[in-house]
Amino acid sequence: MSGVDRGLLDKSEEPAAQHETDPTRRDYLFHLGVGVVSVTSVLLAIPLVGFVCSGFVQGPVNKWISLGVLDSFPEQITRLATFRNPFTRPWDGQTGNIPVWVRRIAGSDFQVFAINCAHLGCPVRWFQESGLFLCPCHGGVYYADGSRAAGPPPRGLFQYKYKIEKDQLWIWGGEMPTLANPV
Amino acid sequence: MDKLRKTAVWLDDRLHLTALYASTAGHEVPKSSGSWFYVLGSGTLLCFVIQVLTGICLAFVYVPSTNEAWTTLNYLNHHQFLGWYMRAIHEWGANFMVAIMTLHMIQVFLFGAYKYPRELTWISGTFLLFITLGLSFTGEVMRFDQNAYWGLGIGVEIMGRVPGIGGGLVHLLLAGPIIAGETLSRFFTLHVFILPGLFIAIIAMHLRLVLNKGISEVPKVGRPVHKATYDAHYADILRKEGVPFVPYAIGKDLIFAAIVIIGILGCALIFGPSGPVGPPNPTVIQASPTPDFYFLWIFAGLALLPDWMETFVMFGAPLIIFVVMVLLPFWSGSGEKHVRRRPIAVLVVIFCVMVFGILTYEGATTPWSPHMEAWSSNPTPAKYLVGRTPLEMRGAAVFENKQCRNCHSLGGVGGVRGPALDTVGQRLTRPQLVRQVIQGGGNMPAFGKELSPAEVDAVVSFMQTLRSKGAPPAHNSTVPQNNLLRDVASNRMPRPPLRQ
Repeated sequence: MSGVDRGLLDKSEEPAAQHETDPTRRDYLFHLGVGVVSVTSVLLAIPLVGFVCSGFVQGPVNKWISLGVLDSFPEQITRLATFRNPFTRPWDGQTGNIPVWVRRIAGSDFQVFAINCAHLGCPVRWFQESGLFLCPCHGGVYYADGSRAAGPPPRGLFQYKYKIEKDQLWIWGGEMPTLANPV
Repeated sequence: MDKLRKTAVWLDDRLHLTALYASTAGHEVPKSSGSWFYVLGSGTLLCFVIQVLTGICLAFVYVPSTNEAWTTLNYLNHHQFLGWYMRAIHEWGANFMVAIMTLHMIQVFLFGAYKYPRELTWISGTFLLFITLGLSFTGEVMRFDQNAYWGLGIGVEIMGRVPGIGGGLVHLLLAGPIIAGETLSRFFTLHVFILPGLFIAIIAMHLRLVLNKGISEVPKVGRPVHKATYDAHYADILRKEGVPFVPYAIGKDLIFAAIVIIGILGCALIFGPSGPVGPPNPTVIQASPTPDFYFLWIFAGLALLPDWMETFVMFGAPLIIFVVMVLLPFWSGSGEKHVRRRPIAVLVVIFCVMVFGILTYEGATTPWSPHMEAWSSNPTPAKYLVGRTPLEMRGAAVFENKQCRNCHSLGGVGGVRGPALDTVGQRLTRPQLVRQVIQGGGNMPAFGKELSPAEVDAVVSFMQTLRSKGAPPAHNSTVPQNNLLRDVASNRMPRPPLRQ
């Protein structure tokens, strides 16, 4: 409809004059519109991108975590200990409980190994009889001291820093051990 | 009746339904495309629709919370009316979708349908394939059990190997430093909103391209594609033997759709849903995580690659596959379409199917994994104990207690990580056995620290008795032998002395 009207109007002088003023107004409105929407879109994008990327720029999460009293780790024995990860959410449930292998060599001489195989993170199992850690996924094998024995792992087991305080064993943890963040 | 007609005309005037029909369902296709080879695309689309419908049903009950997800999966399996069936259909729908999509891709490749002017159709299909694999992986995480927890761990460790930004990527993927509260929500969002949304958008483009450029005709030997003449040639085909897609070419699609529906419903009914296995509790470490079948080839590859090339292959291989697939229509965009004139294309398909097939088989059987319970649950076969000396019997006990069976089988039972030891006594001499046990090597750990000299003596003595009937023990051929071995070989002596 409007096309038809335009067609008729275009022939008269008056509308032609109007035609010349119109584009400037429309141009002005168009440019203003693009500008305003661009600025406001950026305003909208800031919280969206910030929200999604907040995990990317997190600060350090590691803390000293107690694994319990020293007496619970007999000498010459490697045993499983668990702790509640310091980075936690109320709806974590049991996934917030993290296991580690604690080897008490003698006295205050410890080794605390991550459960995650250094290859691809599967849970390694300790075999006291043969003195080996075996990984169920791709057959990684480690010696009792955590060094690589066989299979695809590129290094030995990840080891946590530890300290002994108030008759308890503490480890510096909170992060899932990976090759990028080897605890 | 008149009123009904008037309503229809009114609706059509507003919605332009007849025009829409004529340009989509009624569009002209070459008669040859009404072929059984052409049903795979619509089959894939059907699977996706089934996934959306069943996914919506599951979302009515499923709670994407690390604390509750496992419980709701069990609720779906055991309490929700038809919940188990809905889970099974969703899972089998995924299996069928990956399988039919793969066949669709192979068919399009072998028919040369990716060539001019359908480059973008192929490229959008490549994106759809990768999104489908993304949906499969995130879908496995939705089944939030022990396997999903550690499977996710594998994905995270792969991310952690990205040079430089690996640590940040891990945090981004997990929405935190560990697999916990927000991780599952993140994967739920990917699985339910982001990836399906992308998928629908790209499907729209994929179908639009099929309408714009027409479905590829069945190729004929000696009719190569020339960019200058193909469009006219295709228009000529449509003019000579064009038929409307509905109803002339859709018949086989519909029958195939029925077969797919019966297949999914039937498999779901017979095999049921899988899992959830144990709860996603990382402190329960008796887990042997394996992925669903479409990722078994990656799983196998990660076990079999030498570690020096592993990181490169992890990131390089998917990238190279993707880039090659995207560039394929530009690289060979014209020329022969028929398989009989494209031997290399056929070889490529055979090679890929064999590689993926063999790796999948290896991934399903995991010969590299120790059998964690073999040492305590598989007794030494009685025939390997009969007539042994006390020292050799003690060796057999050491063999079991030190978990040799986890990697080495006896009588066909036990791990297959290392070689079977049923005849090791005729392959390795005593010094070689001692060296192998104490120092390890060839992917075997060294047991020197874990075995006392007496235990080594016993276990090696036992292993020397592991020989086929009548076979002599291995010996060093540079050392002159006495007549004893000849006697043993001819069975004149009941039992050979094992040490001289």
